[in-house]
Amino acid sequence: MPAGVDAATVRRSPFLLILLAWLVPGAGHFTLGKRQKAYVFAGVLPVMFICGLLLQGRLFPFVPGDPLVALASLANVMAGVPYLVARLFGAGDGVPTAITYEYGNTFMIAAGLLNTLVMIDAFDVFKGRK
Amino acid sequence: MTSHLGLMVVFAAMTSAVFAVIAKETVRDQLRAGLRLFAAFVGGAFILGWLMYFIPL
Repeated sequence: MPAGVDAATVRRSPFLLILLAWLVPGAGHFTLGKRQKAYVFAGVLPVMFICGLLLQGRLFPFVPGDPLVALASLANVMAGVPYLVARLFGAGDGVPTAITYEYGNTFMIAAGLLNTLVMIDAFDVFKGRK
Repeated sequence: MTSHLGLMVVFAAMTSAVFAVIAKETVRDQLRAGLRLFAAFVGGAFILGWLMYFIPL
């Protein structure tokens, strides 16, 4: 959590909550006191993303003219810090000839989409709907 | 690991875990929902696989 931003501040601001939930899978639930759920999300989602990288999957570039690639790129971005770290270290070039290439893509895209669901769930908890 | 079955099982396990934890509140309900989802993922893949086996392509 950034300096000067405590759990109480995050619990008052949906924007900060969503930002935190995006950056660190499970952090939104952790802040809201749903710790058991947070540990599962924080354990599974980054591992799923790393599996995708190890399976030679590709982090898609954002190409507005190619809607499917653009959507895959957005799904990758939604993985949060694992995506940012992978980009920082130049990982995720992908090896299209590898037998596991499509599996790698699927793992990373699914990790991002599941993190999006987790963010929406955290927002629902914040709003008192759950 | 390059086994298609193995990777499908790993994917199903991870996805089921996240879905179950999102949908259910107690650990007992999460485990039950997760196992049911996992069985549906893997069972569905086997059924689809066998159905496609008989399609001449």
